Amino acid sequence: MNIPWLTLAVALPALGALVVGLLPRERPELAKRLTLGVSLGTLLLVGAMALRFDPTSASRLQFEEVYPWIPRFGVSFAVGVDGIALVLILMSVLLVPLVVLAAWNEDEGSGAAGGARGYFALILALEAMMIGVFAATDIFLFYVFFEAMLVPVYFMIGRYGRGAERRRAAIKFLLFSLFGGLLMLVAVIGVYVLAGTFLWSDLVGPGSELAAADTSVVRWLFLGFFVAFAIKAPMWPVHTWLPAAAGSSRPGTAVLLVGVLDKVGTYGMLRYCLELFPEAARWFVWPVVVLSVISIIYGAILAIGQSDMMRLIAYTSLSHFGFITLGIFAMTSQAQAGAALYMVNHGFATGALFLIVGFLIARQGSAAIADYGGVQQVAPKLAGVFLVAGLAGLSLPGLAPFVSEFLVFVGTYAFQPVPAIIAGAGVVLAALYILWMYQRTMTGPVPERLTGLKDLSKREAWAVGPLIALIVLFGVQPQPLLGAINPAVEQTMQQIDVTDPEPAIGQAADEQEGASE
Amino acid sequence: MTVSATATDVYLAAAPPAAAEAGGAILSNAWLLIALPLLGAAVLLLGGRRTDGWGHWLAVLLPLASFGWAVLALIELLGMDPADRSQTVPVYEWFSVGDFSAEVSLLLDPLSISFALLITGVGSLIHIYSIGYMAHDPGRRRFFGYLNLFLAAMLVLVLADNFVLLFLGWEGVGLASYLLIGFWQYKPAAAVAAKKAFLINRVGDLGLLIAIMIVFTTVGTVAFSGVFGAADEIGQGVLTAIGLLLLLGACGKSAQLPLQAWLLDAMEGPTPVSALIHAATMVTAGVYLIVRAGPIFEAAPAAQLTVAIVGAATLLAGAIIGCAKDDIKKALAGSTMSQIGYMVLAAGLGPIGYAAAIAHLITHGFFKAGLFLGAGSVMHGMNDEVDMRRYGGLRTAMPVTFATFGLCYLSIIGIPFFSGWWTKESIISATFAYGGVTGQILGGATLLGAGLTAFYMSRIMFLTFFGGKRWAEDAHPHESPASMTVPMVILAAGAVVLGAVLVYGYRFAEFLSPAVHHHAHEFDLAHMLTAPYSLAAIAVLVVGVAVAWLRYIRAEVPETAPKGNAITEAARNELYGNTINEELFMRPGQALTRAMVTIDDKVVDGLVNGVGTGTRDGSLSLRRLQTGFARTYALTMLFGAAIVVAILVVRF
Repeated sequence: MNIPWLTLAVALPALGALVVGLLPRERPELAKRLTLGVSLGTLLLVGAMALRFDPTSASRLQFEEVYPWIPRFGVSFAVGVDGIALVLILMSVLLVPLVVLAAWNEDEGSGAAGGARGYFALILALEAMMIGVFAATDIFLFYVFFEAMLVPVYFMIGRYGRGAERRRAAIKFLLFSLFGGLLMLVAVIGVYVLAGTFLWSDLVGPGSELAAADTSVVRWLFLGFFVAFAIKAPMWPVHTWLPAAAGSSRPGTAVLLVGVLDKVGTYGMLRYCLELFPEAARWFVWPVVVLSVISIIYGAILAIGQSDMMRLIAYTSLSHFGFITLGIFAMTSQAQAGAALYMVNHGFATGALFLIVGFLIARQGSAAIADYGGVQQVAPKLAGVFLVAGLAGLSLPGLAPFVSEFLVFVGTYAFQPVPAIIAGAGVVLAALYILWMYQRTMTGPVPERLTGLKDLSKREAWAVGPLIALIVLFGVQPQPLLGAINPAVEQTMQQIDVTDPEPAIGQAADEQEGASE
Repeated sequence: MTVSATATDVYLAAAPPAAAEAGGAILSNAWLLIALPLLGAAVLLLGGRRTDGWGHWLAVLLPLASFGWAVLALIELLGMDPADRSQTVPVYEWFSVGDFSAEVSLLLDPLSISFALLITGVGSLIHIYSIGYMAHDPGRRRFFGYLNLFLAAMLVLVLADNFVLLFLGWEGVGLASYLLIGFWQYKPAAAVAAKKAFLINRVGDLGLLIAIMIVFTTVGTVAFSGVFGAADEIGQGVLTAIGLLLLLGACGKSAQLPLQAWLLDAMEGPTPVSALIHAATMVTAGVYLIVRAGPIFEAAPAAQLTVAIVGAATLLAGAIIGCAKDDIKKALAGSTMSQIGYMVLAAGLGPIGYAAAIAHLITHGFFKAGLFLGAGSVMHGMNDEVDMRRYGGLRTAMPVTFATFGLCYLSIIGIPFFSGWWTKESIISATFAYGGVTGQILGGATLLGAGLTAFYMSRIMFLTFFGGKRWAEDAHPHESPASMTVPMVILAAGAVVLGAVLVYGYRFAEFLSPAVHHHAHEFDLAHMLTAPYSLAAIAVLVVGVAVAWLRYIRAEVPETAPKGNAITEAARNELYGNTINEELFMRPGQALTRAMVTIDDKVVDGLVNGVGTGTRDGSLSLRRLQTGFARTYALTMLFGAAIVVAILVVRF
């Protein structure tokens, strides 16, 4: 029997959202429990699906389903995953229950209308869309999910966010996203005009109509997609919505926003920009590489200059997304696999950081660095997980993000040394922004107002513990993830018709052989 | 030493013999060397308060077991034919993409096993010492957890058979160092010093990281055997770049110029940490790296010469700083810089210097650890006082500490037949044997350094144990407990005899030769004693001790430091290394950061929003206008999108 895994995975949280949203307002506890149950169920479902995934399979997409949706325009509900989409979906469904756990008591005292019910329903709605956007194999469907995700996030920031600026931040987020979305819509329709189909599998490859289309038109279409993804990722200089949004978000929202939603941008570049428009992608390599390197350095320096932890982490993500886009456009297998793995690891590491800052906010009501100090002495466990998550953020070897960052470095250097070397400065700057934040918040004497600060509660430990465990596990043994990612990267490389450069020495030897013959 | 410049002739330029897969049960389970202390770290750091009572015993036991395993591994290695003493132990594949593969795979050869023995041996002693030293510290469990973590990382560093795994150990020891320097992190100075150490080390790490990128792109592998085997095929420019980048990494970890500024601050950590990490083991990792990557440096003479020059400059700089510091630990830290400078210099001489560098590294591990533990013992008895001007006459109050410290002192200044003499003499002779004007200049530096060493070490010795009692009123110096003195005694014994064991008959050089591809020459003790530079070394030693005697025993020692001349002031200020870093990097960096935060807020955000904020006045009306404008804008966009779709719908 063919189980429609992906449809179920989208439907379960969507239904859950509906039910949670309809629960009576005076039963917030039930809403929370139900949300947790549904998100755990989704995790189990996706986990069961992942076990059936065959990385050695010759077919790129697995668990494919295609149903006609709007036949008149050739729009289908088509889903399927390759290794990269699979690990990203896995990461997403893993983060959701942890976010729910971490956000358990956040609504108390916030006074927000709708309370727990509304916020938790939005989380589940967002989860459904996140799975859908990674699984979509029809570009119109992808576009629908891409845009629909804005709605829950808009309310999660604007209505359930933190601080007086939250409405402005939400509108800013919406405007940036809508602008990108509009460009993408035009490009999506353009693709349809050229190729007569929205199905991804019909659009890629040398046989597709796109490959035969006029070069300059295709480059414009590439740009339409790319700008939308660059805003979403975000890249410099269209990043300014992110610190504002993250700074006004609840930490749980920030985890899903930065950890998952932004990955749609980089995932889109890899899946759509590169594979639909290989020629244009190769043509745009240098501009993107330059923007990536700027993002890396710029984000890191801005992170150093922040006084608010939420904004600081948001800027570190700008830097990290620079590494991801650099890896994607360096067009070597190490760099692209590194970039794909980076998306997953960044979700865990940054997710953990946001959650832990959230624990601090729950205690003191502030994310300002200056409001903390000496926390290690009063809450050693909290400081401990903060340090491990921070060390993951600076890509310490032995922790998961190192593997991905290292692969991006090696792969980028093989493509071109200069961007790799400049990006290297990010390694040093990362040490500064993380350890300085740690120094100012966790070390030194304990200020009077923090003497009663509580250490991690059991619930909090369950929220952040799995992330820490995964960061360590995938730091020493990332091969299960790479095993799924590598074949997809290989196929992407074939699709865009690039190969890894040979080592200089091997080449020299080959040439000598050639000469002697 | 009768090493001549032609020694390079016998150096085997060919690829190192393909490492055999380990056969013996001990070697093939060499991962246990790392796993044992790692287990200790995991139990102590994750186990929480449950392990408070017995955790430190476990933390001592596991490194001892690891040391035992290393001894057995050495025996198994010695049972093999010298040509076979390079054993690879594959553990598992860490990660691979395309043609790139990073393995967790260990290399056991004479070089790595020497380090493993030093790390686990001296490490175990310092763990035992710490039982007494940290007995009353509420964070004792965490301390031992970190120490075990350090051992595991350091063993990964030296046992790795490829650059990526080495990098794991390399940054791992950096982490352990960070955690331990900042162990008393409630002191802001400790927290700042820890961050500073990590940051400066990361600059060096970046060098190593870029070197790895070049290596993989050039050779297509990161395994030592493959890379070094192909060294001859790599172009000169690339080789020099790799060599210089590796040197940058070495400079960070080993506190060599220009990345030296973190080491003195690192003395904020507990003294056992200073002994183990910031004297005996971690800071010698740079020497290890340079010797391990010998084939690269030998094929890149420019990089190799740079290594020697950096070593010579640091050996003098460290010694000068050591002469002026009143804080006993900082004076010893200056000495560490200087002694590692000797090793780096020797490693930069090429094959004729490798054995001398590693032998000195090992004896230094003993006498310097002994000196630090002695300093810790003194501090333990003096209410954590570190200012030597408040010491004096402690030899009667702390006889065991005095005796062990004294033996280590005689060793480091190079009294003939003490360990330090054997190994330092080997370095001095190798330097002169290097030949040419370069050899003479570098040799001169080693002799000058020897004189300075004799002075600053005598200064420490005299200020601490001789002269009048300048103690604080509440000081009641007493000898430390046996858990502390026994390790000191063992280290002192090493400081006395180990050098002869290693150098006499060039036993160690012979043992090391398959790993460094250099065959030792005939051993000639008479030459070692009577060569002109050997006599010169004795002469400067006498002068150094005599000057210190005149200034710190004959003359009254003031309790506060008198104003010194320009050189003294410079030395007290660590030759302005911190000032240079602050003016060159920190202040411009701060200004840049501030400017960019403003720019991001005002310019980038403003431009991208497309809102001319400057043209409107009144923030209140602005906010209202913007919000209204934004909503309209959003609606317009949605309408626009809808129209586009509509047009298309009509068209089809």
